[in-house]
Amino acid sequence: MATKQAYDVVIIGGGPAGLTAGIYAARARLKSLLIEKGAMGGWVINAGVVENYPGFPDGINGLELADAMQQQAVKFGLKMLTAEVTGLELKGERKTLKTSEGDIMARAVIVAGGSDRVKLGVPGEEEFTGRGVAYCAVCDGYFYRGVPVAVVGGGNAALNEALELTKFASKVTVIHRRDELRATKILQERAFAEPKIRFLWNTVVEAIEGEDTVKRLRLKNVQTGDKSTLDISGVFVTVGFKPNTGYLKNVVTLADDGTIITNEKMETDVPGIFAAGDIRSSSIRQVAAAVGDGAVAAIYAEHYLAGK
Amino acid sequence: MSKPVEVNDGNFDQTVLQSKTPVLVDFWAAWCGPCRMVAPVVEELAGEYKGKVTVAKLNVDENPKTASQYGIMSIPTLLIFKNGAPVSNIVGFRPKAELQRSLDAVL
Repeated sequence: MATKQAYDVVIIGGGPAGLTAGIYAARARLKSLLIEKGAMGGWVINAGVVENYPGFPDGINGLELADAMQQQAVKFGLKMLTAEVTGLELKGERKTLKTSEGDIMARAVIVAGGSDRVKLGVPGEEEFTGRGVAYCAVCDGYFYRGVPVAVVGGGNAALNEALELTKFASKVTVIHRRDELRATKILQERAFAEPKIRFLWNTVVEAIEGEDTVKRLRLKNVQTGDKSTLDISGVFVTVGFKPNTGYLKNVVTLADDGTIITNEKMETDVPGIFAAGDIRSSSIRQVAAAVGDGAVAAIYAEHYLAGK
Repeated sequence: MSKPVEVNDGNFDQTVLQSKTPVLVDFWAAWCGPCRMVAPVVEELAGEYKGKVTVAKLNVDENPKTASQYGIMSIPTLLIFKNGAPVSNIVGFRPKAELQRSLDAVL
């Protein structure tokens, strides 16, 4: 179904950045469309509790927060489309988005497509996905009641997953390739104080093995080269994220890591194309920042459209 | 407008395994964000494939027997059953177009 539709502003991505941009664009009475290829809400929907989003002293469930943002956007009349953006073509001021549902034309674009998980890329990972290899502790922790599990990573996601898993697993081993964590201090404090969590430092996973389900990991110490095995029933992978900017490679200037370079107005180096949220270089990957980015991008998109 | 059928440990055999047409079973639980997200897509598929594929939902928390029988260790998991056995195993949230392809492949 090829349709040609034209909008003032098209927002790519339905996470907190995109939804906030959508709220602002809709309230500015711009003809706007938000395109999301999968689930509305972004990564926050995997969070059992978001403790650091301002306004919620007792924390808020990630899915509830995302739902509320979506409802708010809909209330102001933001239109949404389930489709995947595969290309962005420029012809003068006109931007044409190539999507799985046809071409969509826009005068301004806000790229808020976030990022996707980085996988370990080791033998056994694909094979055992859903059978011991997991990517969401809130979703799957339940299936690992009373058994030992491992978490791979050293950032906030890894520690959040590890702490979540202590509700279910008998033992949680955090495997990190360096000797210090990059996670927020308060999470480190909690993790170190938690008797069920232990750390394997300077260690990487070389392979995931098992029969019907995961039984063990093959590990290597990156400093000494020593190899070892760890018997576990599940491994949760939280080693990082990569930005969803494949289709933007020759469109806007990207940093070496694929993130989009913007100024403080969320402008890219192409007039009328803005970026917001995790997809931006120097993003701190927090809902609070994504929401700010989305609002700023929408306001400056409005200025751009008004010829300011 | 067709809605997904609720299946449980009690009616799984009759509704899913004995079905003459393929059955898509959505294994979900209330605590799982991505499961909530896949729910509207599953509902849409129930309507679009009415008569061709039966679309069903099974709450793994309330029906542990069936969930463990099929080795469900991650949710959401969508299993497509044909002639009483799972022929397709889809773990994690997938966009609608991908699910449609999986369903079309078993018809």
